[in-house]
Amino acid sequence: MPTSELAAQVADIAGQLSKQTTRPMRFMEVCGTHSMAVARYRLRQLLPDNVRLISGPGCPVCVTPASEIDAAIALAKRPDVTVVTFGDMMRVPGSDGSLALARAAGGQVQVVYSPMQALELAVRRPDRHVVFIAVGFETTAPGVACAVQEAHRQQVDNFSILCSHKLIPPAMAALLESGEVAIDGFLCPGHVSTIIGTTAYEPLVRRFAIPCVVAGFEPLDIMRALAALVAQVVSGQARVENAYERAVQPEGNQKAQQLISRVFEVTAAEWRGLGVIAASGLRLREEFSHFDALKRLDIELRPVPENPACHCGEVLRGVMEPHECPAFGRACTPEHPLGPCMVSSEGSCAAAYKYR
Amino acid sequence: MTSDIVTLAHGSGGRAMQEFIRRELMPICDQELGRALEDAARLPFADGWLTFTTDTFTVQPLEFPGGDIGKLAICGTINDLAMRASQPLYISLSLVIEEGLKIDTLRRLLGSIGAAARENNVAIVTGDTKVVGKGQADGLFINTAGIGKPMMEPLPGVTRAQVGDKVLINGPVGEHGIAVLVAREGLQLQTELESDCAALAGLVADMVAAGGRAIHTLRDATRGGLAAVLNEIAAASGVGIEIDESRLPQNPAVMGACEILGLEPLEVANEGKLVAVVAPDAAPQILEAMREHPLGRQSAIVGEVMEGNRVTLKTLYGTSRIVDMPSGELLPRIC
Repeated sequence: MPTSELAAQVADIAGQLSKQTTRPMRFMEVCGTHSMAVARYRLRQLLPDNVRLISGPGCPVCVTPASEIDAAIALAKRPDVTVVTFGDMMRVPGSDGSLALARAAGGQVQVVYSPMQALELAVRRPDRHVVFIAVGFETTAPGVACAVQEAHRQQVDNFSILCSHKLIPPAMAALLESGEVAIDGFLCPGHVSTIIGTTAYEPLVRRFAIPCVVAGFEPLDIMRALAALVAQVVSGQARVENAYERAVQPEGNQKAQQLISRVFEVTAAEWRGLGVIAASGLRLREEFSHFDALKRLDIELRPVPENPACHCGEVLRGVMEPHECPAFGRACTPEHPLGPCMVSSEGSCAAAYKYR
Repeated sequence: MTSDIVTLAHGSGGRAMQEFIRRELMPICDQELGRALEDAARLPFADGWLTFTTDTFTVQPLEFPGGDIGKLAICGTINDLAMRASQPLYISLSLVIEEGLKIDTLRRLLGSIGAAARENNVAIVTGDTKVVGKGQADGLFINTAGIGKPMMEPLPGVTRAQVGDKVLINGPVGEHGIAVLVAREGLQLQTELESDCAALAGLVADMVAAGGRAIHTLRDATRGGLAAVLNEIAAASGVGIEIDESRLPQNPAVMGACEILGLEPLEVANEGKLVAVVAPDAAPQILEAMREHPLGRQSAIVGEVMEGNRVTLKTLYGTSRIVDMPSGELLPRIC
């Protein structure tokens, strides 16, 4: 479709939205890629005044607790260890420095695009212990599971992961349960939903009567999903809808789900800003516990007091928008971040600042 | 979090590097001749002027689709002179070679340097060679200096953009950065994308012939990409710049790779793209001259200089957003 036509369709939906919305509505997206797309195209400018779109805990790096960031940095400072990570983690501030600073100070830190590259590095460098920082939601977990399974098969002994995987639906439930932020519906994450499918949101809808619409990442995808949310609210319905039909199936990707459950088991997990949420994380099954970096390298997670000047927690819960944070753009910038939301490439503060 | 050690962000062309230059380097540069933050300095010589530049090149892999570190060094030096509307004349060549580099590789790279110099009529006139121990350099580093002869007066400069001027670019952005990234990381992206690495002196000569003094600013969009260059021009000239996304030439392979990797195409490096800020009356004839040159076939007028101090982009959807100075190293995201 030519872009002029796309733009016309987006404008058309925006026009319909402003006619349909009779009362203020608040929708939350829980996906860093949505945060970036919305900010990049400034889609909020197209929404009628009484439709607000807020960001939730959708950036995997941002929800990783400070104790795990510190553990990753501590690992990078060990002379026998090479830390391998996705790029997002590099500049996230821990209580003392970041992975980027640990690398500049002589630590071995490598950025990769796929967990398999970490395993390949371990095979190539038997003299080093390679730790992959396994951060991410359901989208990333299958790739990591694949690498762990392959390491197990090949009996690669110098490879392990710092497992910080998290699951999105339990966090959505925890947000609604807390009642701290009023939400009229969820714009559900496209990438995560390709793995878990639309049925994964059914329990949420049954329990909280909350509209859930799965959205893709083009402006037209997002606007279509918002229109579907508004239509549900206006007609008093609450159901799961798929507005990303070209990529998401009701049952999701079952092969990927099987891979996850073969290697990992569901466990309670700590989220930055949200605290410990039951059954919201993944840990390695006993059979694969040999690849748990914490055990292998004897690293202990130490609780870290939150920096009181940093409001990432409130931003991640959707109770504060990035521009409402007193530090935003002043004490906290991409060059001098107070917290992860300002530096992760999917962080809502980073998105709001970059495309302000 | 201020760091007490140098990080890669200090060399990435973005805000951290700007801060570093301003705080640490400007104080030691010549008050009169060395503070302009131009691609090449304009120096008095005999009865006229010459332009003088220096650059250092480091890239992994040393050879990539569309070029190599040798071609990059010659073209990059020529481009810094060309951005001051100068005909490149003389280049110095210093090599820092890591012990263990294959002689065959070195010969290929030197061949590429010689060919690029010949094609562009510049003479390599002096140089130096150092070999350092294994691990003390990444294969090969190249340092150059270049001397050029200005084709016009006043020279185009980063401070000379004026409200009402048109902003032109000679093709789609991001090809070099993505081609090198794909080659370096062995990404399984099926793309035949090549670096846009090219010497722009010929293109600039045609632009000068067509537009002369109507050309106010020329800048090559290397590290930090189009975003960094536009911000540099806006800051130095005390103006705002508005770019129209629908008029930006795009390479679909770059756009696709950026989407997958979560990179902003406007921040990705180029090695053969220039931004020209020109008087509005002369813009059509300069654009025509650019399109007639092989390195400017996809040239376009992409925006305008406005009152203000920000770089903004009018999106395809009619919304408007800021194009910020990139803040550090480009880092791909998780998913």
